[in-house]
Amino acid sequence: MIKTDAVIVGAGPVGLFSVFELGILGLNAHVIDNLDRAGGQCIELYPDKPIYDIPALPECTGESLTKNLLKQIKPFQTKFHYNQRVEKLEKKNNCWFVTTSEKVQFETPNIIIAAGVGSFEPRKPPIKNIERFEKINLFYSVKDKNKFKDQTVCIFGGGDSALDWTVELSKIAKKIFLIHRRDEFRAAQHTVDLAKDLEKKGKVDFLTRYQPLDFQGNGKLEKIVIKHDNGDLKELNVDSVLAFFGLKMELGPIANWGLDLEAKSLKVNTENFQTNEKGIFAIGDICTYPGKIKLILSGFHEGALSAQECFKRARPNEKYIFRFTTSSSDIHKRLGVK
Amino acid sequence: MTYMPKVTYIEHNGTTHEIEVESGLSIMEGAIQNGVPGIDADCGGACACATCHVYVKEEWVEKISEISESEKDMLDFAFETKNNSRLSCQLILEEKHDGLVVNLPEKQG
Ligand SMILES: Cc1cc2nc3c(=O)[nH]c(=O)nc-3n(C[C@H](O)[C@H](O)[C@H](O)COP(=O)(O)OP(=O)(O)OC[C@H]3O[C@@H](n4cnc5c(N)ncnc54)[C@H](O)[C@@H]3O)c2cc1C
Ligand code: FES
Repeated sequence: MIKTDAVIVGAGPVGLFSVFELGILGLNAHVIDNLDRAGGQCIELYPDKPIYDIPALPECTGESLTKNLLKQIKPFQTKFHYNQRVEKLEKKNNCWFVTTSEKVQFETPNIIIAAGVGSFEPRKPPIKNIERFEKINLFYSVKDKNKFKDQTVCIFGGGDSALDWTVELSKIAKKIFLIHRRDEFRAAQHTVDLAKDLEKKGKVDFLTRYQPLDFQGNGKLEKIVIKHDNGDLKELNVDSVLAFFGLKMELGPIANWGLDLEAKSLKVNTENFQTNEKGIFAIGDICTYPGKIKLILSGFHEGALSAQECFKRARPNEKYIFRFTTSSSDIHKRLGVK
Repeated sequence: MTYMPKVTYIEHNGTTHEIEVESGLSIMEGAIQNGVPGIDADCGGACACATCHVYVKEEWVEKISEISESEKDMLDFAFETKNNSRLSCQLILEEKHDGLVVNLPEKQG
């Protein structure tokens, strides 16, 4: 059990800045995200796109904003728990208990939900009941590539993950089928060229303009049926399938925490961004209130205000004093500046 | 005055919504503002999520804006795409689109 002043759900830009606002008040935090890195939508959806409306930063990108936020919170040496989803919140006395999908547990007076539009989860092929093959021989990422040694592997997708793994696994697999819905690929050209070369050598078969129609098998996935644009069907016997259809955002367990929802957002007050539960705050894209706009800028403000209330809950015996970062020696100490 | 081209949204279960949408808005915005279910638009129209996927009725396919490379790329992520699949946040309505019909997929992503 990890004890902390605050648990932050989501390492998007708003969750990251919230670490800062808590940090200068002397509060520590643990951050949890389902992705394998920080940045949320900025890093997952638009790392290279320019952003023009961050105050005092005439132009930055999703990636540079994330990097700078991480730099800004570095003094606090915050612990990040990646690749896991926050699943459960429970209240005991005045404290919250948080459990993740990796069974990591936290005890805290404050939970700050900065979960954006939900956690990023792999998109699945549009086939009914495919869950029964998941983790057996249907995967959405590669954890251990040796699993695919001497296998016939079917890879779906047309982006970097699909092409990178086609090239990589061709070194150990028996045969690779690369299936994509159109002739063009989104992946780096040189990887596409490498894969095309492998096709000439008979290691890889490109099946383009095909989409998955059915996955069959007893206990494990044995055969897939794919459909061409022109209606033709094709059956392939497979040892495993890798599907790279990107990520999508899913509200997921947040909907089951007994918090007031409006559409897919959490209702909060605008004084301290607390939800209907004391000690649970929602900031950034996930929260809603009259006048809410889904901007990074607004999320930063929401983070600053919620941090004040977190302080009162985490340090009930201390007096909260408002201070500027320019002149407070306490803050300078926390930031490690002289 | 602003034109209000009429757009017909047909849900996967057949429920039909005929809506007058202000020109200049996207087909996605028309759906969201009028509470048409079946379009999620998680990224708010930035061509970054593919959860605003629609099928444009055949006779309209030629009459709407051409598909960009980034929209084609993004459509890779949509659920059960067809030849008439588009991302509705990229379809800006004009006066000439009065009467346009879109079908919504079974689900978004
Ligand atoms: C293409 C595009 C362009 C944009 N341009 C701008 C712009 O110019 N200016 C601007 O201000 N805004 C812009 N935005 C919006 C901006 O990106 C969002 O407002 C911002 O990312 C919200 O930050 P957040 O931290 O609230 O949530 P997010 O960035 O969505 O991060 C939330 C994080 O929480 C994680 N998470 C959710 N649930 C769980 C759970 N249960 N367990 C673990 N982790 C979880 C998710 O995996 C995710 O990483 C743009 C958005 C897009 C898509
Ligand atoms: S709303 Fe996200 S791609 Fe259209």
